[in-house]
Amino acid sequence: MKADLIAQLQGLEEEGTVAVQEAPPESLEGLRVELLGRKGRLTGILRHVVQLAPEDRPVVGAEANRVKQALSELLDARAAEAGPAEALGPLEDLTLPGRRRWRGGLHPVTQTVNEICDIFRDLGFSRVSGPEAETLDYNFTKLNIPLDHPAADMHDTFFLNEGVVLRTHTSPVQARTMERCAPPVRVVVPGMCYRRDAWDASHAPAFEQIEGLAVDEGISFVDFRATIDEFVRRFFGPATRTRFRPSYFPFTEPSAEVDVSCQICGGSGCSACKGTGWMEIMGAGMVHPKVFANVGYDPERYTGFAFGMGPARITMLRHRIPDIRLLYENDMRFLEQFA
Amino acid sequence: MAERLAMLGAPVDEIVELGAELGDVVIARVDDVRQHPNADRLRVCTVDTGTGATLQVVCGAPNVQAGGFYPFAPVGATLPGDVQIRKAKLRGEASEGMLCSARELGLGRDHAGLLALTGEWEPGARFVDALELDDARLVVDVTPNRPDLLSHVGVAREVAPGGVAEITAAPFDGASVCPQPARAEWQGEVAGIRVAIDDLDGCPRYMAAVIRGARVGPSPEWVATRLRVIGLRPINNVVDATNYVLHELGQPLHAFDLARLQGGEVHIRRAGDGETLRTLDGVERTLVAQDLVIADAERPIALAGVMGGADSEVSETTTELLIECARFDPRSVRRAARRLALSTDASYRFERGVDPEGLPRALNSVVDLIVALAGGTPEAALDVGADARDQTTVVLNPERVNRTLGVSLDPGEIAGYLRPLGFETARQDSVLRVQVPSFRSDVETEIDLVEEIARRRGYDTFVGSLPAFRPSAVPTEPMVALQARLHALLGRWGFLEARTAGFAPAAPERVPLRNPLSAEESSLRDALLPGLLRRLEHNLAHAVRDVRLYEIGTVFLPDSQGQAPREDVHLAAVFTGARDPAHWTSPGEAWTVWDLKGLLEDLASELGGQGVPEGERLQVGGKDGAVLGGGGPLPARGGAVWGLEVTIAPQNAQVDAAAYHPLPIFPAVDRDLALLIPDGVTAAEVDSAIRTAAGPMLEALFPFDLFQGAGIPQGNRSVAWRLRFRTAERTLTDAEVDAAINRTLKTLEDRFGIRRR
Repeated sequence: MKADLIAQLQGLEEEGTVAVQEAPPESLEGLRVELLGRKGRLTGILRHVVQLAPEDRPVVGAEANRVKQALSELLDARAAEAGPAEALGPLEDLTLPGRRRWRGGLHPVTQTVNEICDIFRDLGFSRVSGPEAETLDYNFTKLNIPLDHPAADMHDTFFLNEGVVLRTHTSPVQARTMERCAPPVRVVVPGMCYRRDAWDASHAPAFEQIEGLAVDEGISFVDFRATIDEFVRRFFGPATRTRFRPSYFPFTEPSAEVDVSCQICGGSGCSACKGTGWMEIMGAGMVHPKVFANVGYDPERYTGFAFGMGPARITMLRHRIPDIRLLYENDMRFLEQFA
Repeated sequence: MAERLAMLGAPVDEIVELGAELGDVVIARVDDVRQHPNADRLRVCTVDTGTGATLQVVCGAPNVQAGGFYPFAPVGATLPGDVQIRKAKLRGEASEGMLCSARELGLGRDHAGLLALTGEWEPGARFVDALELDDARLVVDVTPNRPDLLSHVGVAREVAPGGVAEITAAPFDGASVCPQPARAEWQGEVAGIRVAIDDLDGCPRYMAAVIRGARVGPSPEWVATRLRVIGLRPINNVVDATNYVLHELGQPLHAFDLARLQGGEVHIRRAGDGETLRTLDGVERTLVAQDLVIADAERPIALAGVMGGADSEVSETTTELLIECARFDPRSVRRAARRLALSTDASYRFERGVDPEGLPRALNSVVDLIVALAGGTPEAALDVGADARDQTTVVLNPERVNRTLGVSLDPGEIAGYLRPLGFETARQDSVLRVQVPSFRSDVETEIDLVEEIARRRGYDTFVGSLPAFRPSAVPTEPMVALQARLHALLGRWGFLEARTAGFAPAAPERVPLRNPLSAEESSLRDALLPGLLRRLEHNLAHAVRDVRLYEIGTVFLPDSQGQAPREDVHLAAVFTGARDPAHWTSPGEAWTVWDLKGLLEDLASELGGQGVPEGERLQVGGKDGAVLGGGGPLPARGGAVWGLEVTIAPQNAQVDAAAYHPLPIFPAVDRDLALLIPDGVTAAEVDSAIRTAAGPMLEALFPFDLFQGAGIPQGNRSVAWRLRFRTAERTLTDAEVDAAINRTLKTLEDRFGIRRR
């Protein structure tokens, strides 16, 4: 009885080995069930073990384990070598396109805004916002812009009533933030601004701006330059150079326009930079002491810098988009290019 | 030079190479002019171009004269704008070349006639050489705080390496022929003319000089050329002299024909309402009471600081001149210039402020130049008005300079930066007392001087490493994270973000703009969907049929309490067309209401609320039960268009951290029930009844099949529900689950008449 069972097991091993070696990949799993499964042939042989004398049982059991392991390993090896082909099932023409989902995503300007804000977040600036309909006081007066200044003119500004305009820049949030919080203040403020410019290739009556403000004791013009330089290298790439030119804004002094080396020609001069090798990206400067006084900060104690940039313009520079209206037309074929 | 100007804060907008495209142009003398036989307006000229033989040229300009010298473009020449000159026949007369106007040469806007050269010239000489036009025009962008840069001397002061001390050159140096002006407080006399400032606020200072016996005529070519290269049109020697000095020194000047003044009086006064003035451009202007005018005894003769009057204009018959050199209130000039939409070289400078100490020099210069060009005798000069401007002195603390700029300059270095710009400095203890030159009215306080020091030292010299900083006391707003989650959600759904301007056509519930640009954009939007729908239609109009757009943006709602409207942030989406990109494995499906509802449910869970169907509309409820928005089918051309709009409120931004639920240890038991549900009983009612009846062992419940039609009794639908039972403590027995199922079936039958199929 014992010898008979062992012979049966060895017969199964021999037969199974041939079968496994010859089986096509797709029938390996069926073969495994047939040989080693719960109702398979190995189990069928072992059903007779109960009829053996107790002392013979371990011997047969050990032989059964050996056969099971041998066949199992052989099956695994065959399956592994046939693996990928088996997963593919019957022959397919894999040059056919795969099935995809619609690709959603952010507007290119939002991507620019996020990227800029993320870099400044790394540099210690938190992200806040402010109202788009602003009082004359916040939009102009507190920022040291007298109401008879050209910037405050009816001609350039949308009015809602005598005292309220659509903000012409994100700078009012400087004043709002400083009134709300004591220093140190480091914030970036993305948001929509409005100017009475008719739509054309380079003007939109509503456009994005990102404001930045850093105020504390001991912040200097050197710190201001270093921070902006660092931002430029992180955003435009480490090889990009920065140039600060004197300029004029009523709410900063010293004021500067910041240029970066042309992203298209690298600074040698081309049509995009009008041959100058530079592209203007922001207006900036040290916060004017009058602004500090207007919001209740001690101008003798605190210094700081502020900057403003147009992410729509930067987006256009980056992707070489020739007309600002493309950004607001929201043609699917345009948006898909950047998603 | 352009680079240097840019780094000083006066960037060059444009460099115009003046002679670059005029290499082919020569000077020609017109020997003979006769009427074109077949055209009233054309003339046939015989032209000497220095080649030995004369040419015949047809010319339409009214000012062509025999014996005159003009720029000439021969056949084969190329003019600015790539204009090619060819041999032509004009109404039967041959024309071998072209006599040119200033505009045709790119030297100005003047196209009324040929550019007539005064004096004798050599025919055939190269035009650019003869007129020394081999030069470039730099167009400088001057910021509004720096009116002192609106002149050649002003720019020279900035760029001269040694600063103001180097600036001496003026064409007429030495003693001026202009008489010493008599001083007067508010009124005085000049050569028998009474000059009175009736409004000292509007005109703090008025200088005048009288010249008699001048001969008005064309300016010599050196003056005409200098004016042309900066884009001005030479008019006559007197007017040209005033323009010349204006651009040289930045002080606007005006010459009146003294003979046309009535009553021997000049008043600087406000206009009477309804008074009129015909200005030099020939337009009859009606004045208002605020307007500051120069008037004679009877009527206004000039709009102060903006434009002179046509009636007192200097003409070829003029011999007696009253020269005005004044300072006007910037606001008055700005108001008048804006109201009349009339910006002139003079108004531009007065609006920004002229050098109060610069008047005497400008008057001397212009009188000298007029006498040199037009002859005549300066008879007298007058200086009326309070000349009480104290020199501005600013106390500058070097510590302030160093703290703001992040450098360590000693007082000597600071003075060294300021002196070339015209600032006088004196040490006083630890500070500097700085005297501001009169032409720098923009410098009033210490920080203005800090900027001057930084500018003179060079912004690019302030180099340092990234500073250590204290973290911001202001936290990032929670809205930022909420919006990021919503953007991610819509992105997963395959939607593209749109950005639209925040305007809408007028409607009673919208906040109107006082000064809109167009009717389409005359109010602020109170919702995003209408704008997005227009964007969707734009896409459909361009044959893009699969549209999935969303926007997160501000909407404006009238607020009766506040001065400003209320601002809310909304999210809206529109979608139409195919649910998935076309693929060969399936025919493709359109978006359905179930996609809309699913998206609303996803949004609701991000916003901390839940999606609830209510009537025809699908709405999103917030945490506190308020309705945050909803969606539905939209009216649009073509196929089904779906839209939704919800409010994103900051209070919804706080999403509680999810608490961990232990993963199940024991197996679940699934039972499926196919139920015949009579019409009128909703899925929500069935759902609620099953949950109650099945009890706490019911872990999950959802419908997985819905069928109506063959085999289903009329007035019923068959809905198959899957009920999943499980407890955390043990494996459930069949008997327990059977009991729950039986309870459920009984409840459904009793309450709704629902039976198993």
